[in-house]
Amino acid sequence: MAGSQWELPPELCCRPMAFVALTGLDVVYNAVHRAIWDSFCANRRADRVPISFKVLPGDHEYPKCRTKRTSYEWYIPKGILKTGWMNKHLNLVPALVVLFYELDWDDPQWKEKQSECATKVEIVRTSLQSRNTKVAVVLIQKKTPLPPGEDLVASERASALCNACDLSGKSLFVLPHTDHLVGYIIRLENAFYEHAQTYYYTEIRRVKSHKEFLNKTTHQLLFVRHQFKIAFFSELKQDTQNALKYYKTAYSLIHELRAHETNMLEIKTMAGFINYKICRLCFQHNTPLDAIAQFRKHIDLCKKKIGSAELAFEHAAWMSKQFQSFGELFDEAIKLGLTAIQTQNPGFYYQQAACYSQDRKQLAQQLCQSGTSYPSPDPLDTQSGVLDFYGQRPWRQGHQSIDPPDAEKEKTGILALQIKERGVPHSELIIALLSNAVAQFKKYKCPRMKSHLMVQMGEEYYHAKDYTKALKLLDYVMCDYRTERWWGLLTAILTTALRCAYLMASVKDYIIYCMELLGRASTLKEGQKSRIEKNLIKVLMNEVPDAEPECDPSSVSSARSLWNDRMALAGLNEFTIEVQDYIPFIQCKAKFHSPSFHVDQPIQLQVFLRADCPHPVTFNKLAVSLSNQEYNQWCVVESSGQESMSLLPGKTKCYNFSFVAKTEDVGKKIEVSHVMLGSVRGRCVFLSWRGAGGDAASTHEALQASRSSRRWGRGIEMRQELDWDSLTVQQSTMIISRVPKISVQLSHQPPALNNEMYCICLTIQSQEESVAKDVKLTAGLKPGQDATLGQTTHVTLDGSKVCDDTAPALLPDVPLGDLKPGEKLERCVCVRCVSTGSRVFLFHVAYSIDTSVEGQQIVCKCHKDETVTIETVVPFEVSVKFVSTKFEPLERIAVDIPFLLMTDILSSSPWPLLLASSSLQLLTMTSNTPQLQSQLQEVVLQTGECASECFCLRCPPLTSSINTVATGQYLISWKRYSATADSPLIQTTITLPHIMLETVPLYIHADLPSFGRVRESLPVRYHIENRTALVQEVEMAVEPSDAFMFSGLKQVRLRILPGSEQQILYNYYPLMAGYQTLPQLNISLPRCPTTNSHTLRRFLPHRIFVKPQGRQLDDASIAAA
Amino acid sequence: MAVCIAVIAKQNYPLYIRSVPTQNELKFHYTVHTSLDVVEEKISAVGKSLGDQRELYLGLLYPTEDYKVYGYVTNSKVKFVIVVDSSNTSLRDNEIRSMFRKLHNSFTDVMCNPFHNPGDPIQSKTFDGIVSGMMVQTG
Repeated sequence: MAGSQWELPPELCCRPMAFVALTGLDVVYNAVHRAIWDSFCANRRADRVPISFKVLPGDHEYPKCRTKRTSYEWYIPKGILKTGWMNKHLNLVPALVVLFYELDWDDPQWKEKQSECATKVEIVRTSLQSRNTKVAVVLIQKKTPLPPGEDLVASERASALCNACDLSGKSLFVLPHTDHLVGYIIRLENAFYEHAQTYYYTEIRRVKSHKEFLNKTTHQLLFVRHQFKIAFFSELKQDTQNALKYYKTAYSLIHELRAHETNMLEIKTMAGFINYKICRLCFQHNTPLDAIAQFRKHIDLCKKKIGSAELAFEHAAWMSKQFQSFGELFDEAIKLGLTAIQTQNPGFYYQQAACYSQDRKQLAQQLCQSGTSYPSPDPLDTQSGVLDFYGQRPWRQGHQSIDPPDAEKEKTGILALQIKERGVPHSELIIALLSNAVAQFKKYKCPRMKSHLMVQMGEEYYHAKDYTKALKLLDYVMCDYRTERWWGLLTAILTTALRCAYLMASVKDYIIYCMELLGRASTLKEGQKSRIEKNLIKVLMNEVPDAEPECDPSSVSSARSLWNDRMALAGLNEFTIEVQDYIPFIQCKAKFHSPSFHVDQPIQLQVFLRADCPHPVTFNKLAVSLSNQEYNQWCVVESSGQESMSLLPGKTKCYNFSFVAKTEDVGKKIEVSHVMLGSVRGRCVFLSWRGAGGDAASTHEALQASRSSRRWGRGIEMRQELDWDSLTVQQSTMIISRVPKISVQLSHQPPALNNEMYCICLTIQSQEESVAKDVKLTAGLKPGQDATLGQTTHVTLDGSKVCDDTAPALLPDVPLGDLKPGEKLERCVCVRCVSTGSRVFLFHVAYSIDTSVEGQQIVCKCHKDETVTIETVVPFEVSVKFVSTKFEPLERIAVDIPFLLMTDILSSSPWPLLLASSSLQLLTMTSNTPQLQSQLQEVVLQTGECASECFCLRCPPLTSSINTVATGQYLISWKRYSATADSPLIQTTITLPHIMLETVPLYIHADLPSFGRVRESLPVRYHIENRTALVQEVEMAVEPSDAFMFSGLKQVRLRILPGSEQQILYNYYPLMAGYQTLPQLNISLPRCPTTNSHTLRRFLPHRIFVKPQGRQLDDASIAAA
Repeated sequence: MAVCIAVIAKQNYPLYIRSVPTQNELKFHYTVHTSLDVVEEKISAVGKSLGDQRELYLGLLYPTEDYKVYGYVTNSKVKFVIVVDSSNTSLRDNEIRSMFRKLHNSFTDVMCNPFHNPGDPIQSKTFDGIVSGMMVQTG
């Protein structure tokens, strides 16, 4: 392959390792030897010493050493570095030759074997001649050796062997062939490694020693050569720091060489080699910045060293290779853990390499035109088939003077190179480099760089005539440039793509690219657009288009025949092109007149078309597909026969469609799913816009138009001309039901009262011109409110009785019959709200009606909704209290002693309430009065008024010892005062509170008149009842009082049997008028000390009203009156 | 002096791009476009450490063999890109900065024009003049 001329030699690119030759091993037939050899070469990981081993026969001929030069005085070097040198020291001249020999210390034939071994060593020595290569002997033994010093025979025989073989003791090794082979081998190779290092050290010293013989005028090449050699030996010695130092010296020396056309290639080649080594070592030392700096320096120094102008492509090839190999080194370092960044990654070097390869291609195309036949004899042939020195011309090897020795030879040589260059697959090289770069840029987040390189790849494929691949790549990136709106670049890519499509005769691609190149995003000049449009029209007419400019003439003629074939095929003539993602030359925007239409209105749809190309465009068919396919038939324009519709450049054309929606579609959306524009002449091409038109660029344009300040400046006079950019697409429309022409009115008296049958009257009046049929009412709680409201709200149509909990919250579809025009209908709905709070009620009146739209009879369903929010409040508040017969509030009730229950009803309703009746349902308690009668019958309560009731009750003695009892319920029947007579009464039940009970041992009460009179006797009888099961002893005393005189027992002590009663009578004689405290009765129970006089006195009246003494009415005065 | 000056919208499409007429215009378009990779990366890197005042001048974006590309991003994410010849070593960082500042001032003037619709390509003679002053004079 011709490109390989520029490849770096493998011996340069590998990591130099000490070369050690192993002899005396029979790895084919001897299993023991085989095992030894395998241990040497298997598992050579990084922790093993860097040695490359080779098995050689004992009598192997090593490269001969040239006789040492004693003087350099007359020596003129022929080149910088011999091509074989690196390989020689890597693979041919060992640093150490190791002779393996099977010999145990106690071998019976020791003498013979010793001399045989010595002979073998001698053979090796001879073949190495004057080289400094070390020789070592390894004895393969069957027995494990004793520790050193213990085996006297061994040490004695070892020194004898060393003497016989002329070896130092350090060069004799023993390898026991036992279990731990690998361990022994590793120890052996470490010893070998030391020997090898010594060898390379002496080699370095040897090369350095030449320096003093050199002079600067004639031996400049040798300075470079020696530094290179020292560096290389240092590398073999694994002394990379020094190697780097010497390579750097070599590099600076090489640029001191006198450069001229004849040796330019040699200098550049060697500079490239040394630069490679330096960069490689810098990366290895983890100093990537040094590597980059060195490479930059190298490029800057060599960029201008073009050399022979006729072979300028060689320079480009070399430059390309420099960048490529640096990129590879960089990439390799990254694989070993180096981190690269976006702006400094191998991609840039691959890209630059590709760039130079492109230059190379161009230069080759310019320079390699002449010369048809390859010169003979081949000037590039050398006797050995290879060059002696790197970078020299085969026809004048070793020649170092400024002018070429033979001008004629030089000419044929250059010609041969030029002709050879013609055969180089440049595009392939460029594409390979570009794709390397693409991979790198992808990794380092450079999408645009990646796209750019892909464009270059596409272009290169185009040049290489691989149009399919070119189009694939270009198509892929076009989209990126389109979304980023870089029209200039998009146009350039499209132009290349169009050429590819033309040369491939790919009709559909050709049409697509033409379309976009004619579109508004294209930056082409008017003239070019015009030419493209003419071509497009030709293709549409099924004719062969004209060739694209700048196409290779030979490709054009083959393309033309391809087109002719294509045209002949009739079958492939129909295309549908989805233009949504392009920026085609025809713009389309579809628009419903309104975002919603009533079902009794015709739906109006407009399609706007506009051509951006320089010449008018004609088409035959415009069709809109809608989400409901049934409407599609109404949205087609098709020109009949020869006349076709046309679009003028820059003018907007509008097509109107109108159709009637189906009544089933009420509540549904109609969407434009496609707009198709077709031309059916010769070739059938449909442009199809997904959705309602618009393309890759229109969103942005619409946004810009909406921001534009210019829009405001345009007055009404501009209205005639539609502003295309501010036209907005309306892709879908909603079909909504017809506007109802009925009125629904509600009358009611809010707020609703808790539990009442709240009446809402509905008045429906028709304003339709024909009969409204199937009028249906849905009334009740509007769905979607709090879920608990549904359970606490009941709706019924029957207002005559209180509905129960089974009544629903929403009454659906109550049929109301038909409604004639102007007719009025009333309906009452009763609502019972069990809980307070606000509720939203819905009244939905639906009906159907016959109507006509554009002559079509349709049945429309209409409905009218009314909602009302109603607050529910409590009608009244009831409070209950227990009091004693003295109207003192009670905390506990004494068993079997009468008390009072008092109820207060406070109206909180804004409307007057009629309390029909009230009643008590007693539990435990009994009434103290013969019959309980409501005191509230037919009472009317206004807002804020209060009605009270009082009941005298008694708690019968209880057997159980419960001290809290339920008292029962209080029932109130009521309704609104304004309600009609037949409206039902509402029962409200109030649960009476629980009350605590107590028992009293002694019940003392008194019989006394309701009032007394001054100086009139007032008899009071005290009843003392024993409520216990014991005989009670009672002490009683009456305290004196200022207001009363009295007669009776002042102090008494009596006994009362269980369950019986004693009576004591006093006669009080009031002395003062007004409220007077009665004489206090002191009672004590000596047997029951816990009850004091105070608790016993509780039931006794405290005071009494004493009337003043009336004037004595004598009979005379009566008579006078 | 610059060989190419470009103004790029927030959405990364060109608002203005001008290069010396002697060379391949398309190549500059590609150079400017690819430099946006680095600009985007730099902007997003700043966004992560919120709070610190962002320096508008982004410095050298990336060096190519032939050109140096410098970037500048306004607070409204409009990008300025200046391409100079690699061989032009006399230009210092400070001079590039002042070029950007001049460009920014002129751009602000363009935006202040009530008849300019932000987002539309820049068609201003004054701006053109400023740019011409910064370009390499050929001819």
